[in-house]
Amino acid sequence: MFEIALRSLRSRRLTVVLTIATIALATLMLLGVDRVRNETRTSFANTVSGTDLIVGARTGSIQLLLYSVFRVGNATNNIDWHSYQKLAADPRVAWTIPVSLGDSHHGYPVLGTNHDYFRYLRYGDNQPLKMQSGHEFSHLHDVVLGANIARRLHYQLGQKLVLTHGSGDGALTEHADQPFTVTGILAPTGTPVDDTLHISLDGLTAIHQGWESGSASLLATTGALSADEDRAVPPPDSITAFYVGLKSRTGLFGVQRAINQFRGEPLMAILPGVALSELWQLLKVAEQALQVLSWFVLLVGLLGMMTALLVGLNERRREMAILRSVGARPWQLFALVVGETACLLVGGIAIGCALLQGALAVAGPLLRDHMTLLITPGWPTASEWLLMGCTLLAGLVVSFVPAWRAYRLSLSDGLHVAA
Amino acid sequence: MLIELRDLHFKWPGNPRDTLCIPQFSLSAEEKLFLHGPSGSGKSTLLALLAGIQSPDSGQLTVLGQDLAKLSAPQRDHFRANHLGYVFQQFNLLPYLSVRQNVLLGCQFSRLRRQRATGLAGSPEKQALALLAQLELGDLADRPARALSVGQQQRVAVARALIGAPELLIADEPTSALDEARRDAFVSLLFACAEQQRTAVVLVSHDPRLAEGFDRSLNLSELNTASQVDHV
Repeated sequence: MFEIALRSLRSRRLTVVLTIATIALATLMLLGVDRVRNETRTSFANTVSGTDLIVGARTGSIQLLLYSVFRVGNATNNIDWHSYQKLAADPRVAWTIPVSLGDSHHGYPVLGTNHDYFRYLRYGDNQPLKMQSGHEFSHLHDVVLGANIARRLHYQLGQKLVLTHGSGDGALTEHADQPFTVTGILAPTGTPVDDTLHISLDGLTAIHQGWESGSASLLATTGALSADEDRAVPPPDSITAFYVGLKSRTGLFGVQRAINQFRGEPLMAILPGVALSELWQLLKVAEQALQVLSWFVLLVGLLGMMTALLVGLNERRREMAILRSVGARPWQLFALVVGETACLLVGGIAIGCALLQGALAVAGPLLRDHMTLLITPGWPTASEWLLMGCTLLAGLVVSFVPAWRAYRLSLSDGLHVAA
Repeated sequence: MLIELRDLHFKWPGNPRDTLCIPQFSLSAEEKLFLHGPSGSGKSTLLALLAGIQSPDSGQLTVLGQDLAKLSAPQRDHFRANHLGYVFQQFNLLPYLSVRQNVLLGCQFSRLRRQRATGLAGSPEKQALALLAQLELGDLADRPARALSVGQQQRVAVARALIGAPELLIADEPTSALDEARRDAFVSLLFACAEQQRTAVVLVSHDPRLAEGFDRSLNLSELNTASQVDHV
């Protein structure tokens, strides 16, 4: 019976191939969306961990998150250095990481910070940053690169590079007088850290010495300031934001309130986890739309399969009558149609799954480079097995329609089919 | 008796009157019966009843001592697989199977017929080849069925109907697509094979010229009182 089903399928090659292709593409879509969705959500939620509060000038919490963590957009205002000092000295605070943004290099953000960045910043499952090669910045003009920058711009340790004042397309003025030396390259994290150049706050101050309202002064352009690598630099006037780690999480809301009510200037503290999930809620609509769409693609695929099976059935009434004449029972014809469909489905799903692996192998590096999204080919996850199971099940349920029709036809036709 | 019919009535659903009404009819084992009659005399209906596709509304329909009216539909399917070979007017074969596979389809659903074929020739495969050889199709066994001429296809159908030595072969207008010369050759080959394994033959045709060589010839419109009412 199985051989009959296979040979019958083979005799209808064109329809069969098209049907399998439909199912394969629908499966690819369904699994692909699921994989990207899960990886995106995971890598998104893992962008920051271990940080209790992020503090910036008063603005929207999502905006603060966007510029301080994702380096998207600009801060409306900075934090005065003295305010930072005062808040960092709070006895409930275990550590802080100052963050100063604004400059760029080939479109990548430059972040001024101190050694606490490497010591306290965590991502993913509470993982610390690791050096892939070299060491942290120790001199004024040292820079530590994120993994993506080193790879994409082909930078190596010891190489000199020049930062650009400001960011975005309008950023044209370069800090050409004070080039930086690459002293370290970080291991990949799958977070915006990979796309960031890290320099010391002092370095950032140094390259802006002598700058007035956004343009270089004569002192700066002559190169007089670049000579002394370890010259004394005054503390910066301000920073963009800072990350806070508390000694005990029980004081979280107290510290948050204290910062929000800080007298010196209007500041705001956000809980990164909460802000991340707020931001994700915004993005979720698109994600869900994509998911709904992929289910519709599957539905269309299955309906297409049903149509093909139903149309084929009329041409196969002769076949059914012959099988009946040699003693096949109507339920066996029902089983034949369901069995054939199962072959189509299993074939289609397997091909779809293989296509996904192929697509990930090809697109994986692109996603990693352009979206900081690490998706690798691999054995299907539990949720993907579930999706494939659902597809198979839905397909079999759909196949009951033509199978039931075959059953009815074989009963009403009996052995007599108008040729 | 191989087949016994008594006071058999059958009405297609939705029809106001009986299509078939046969007071008495019987067929002995190994008998070759020619059944003819104009269209509308109930030939197809009688064959559907004999094959167990349909069940009579009333009366007795006994085949091999088994009252088919008392069997469930799946039991009748099983009975058909075991004891009956069927040859259609045309398009008898599954085009995507080879000739040999089409013949073997005859015992696909019946262990009894596989056993009998094994008893007769050593294996179902061997009997299939023997029957094909006897029907002058020996060298076509592995050709796809769709590559055969109509006459060849009808002979493959005979081999399929006879494999596993069923007690009864029913042929419904098997020669209507053949010309006269091939028609006679077909019938004599059919007889030779059927006689060899003692299979009774009921051949239905509207063409009375075929009747030669049969043990008995019956006009269904005389047998079927329902159709007589029709003609009055």
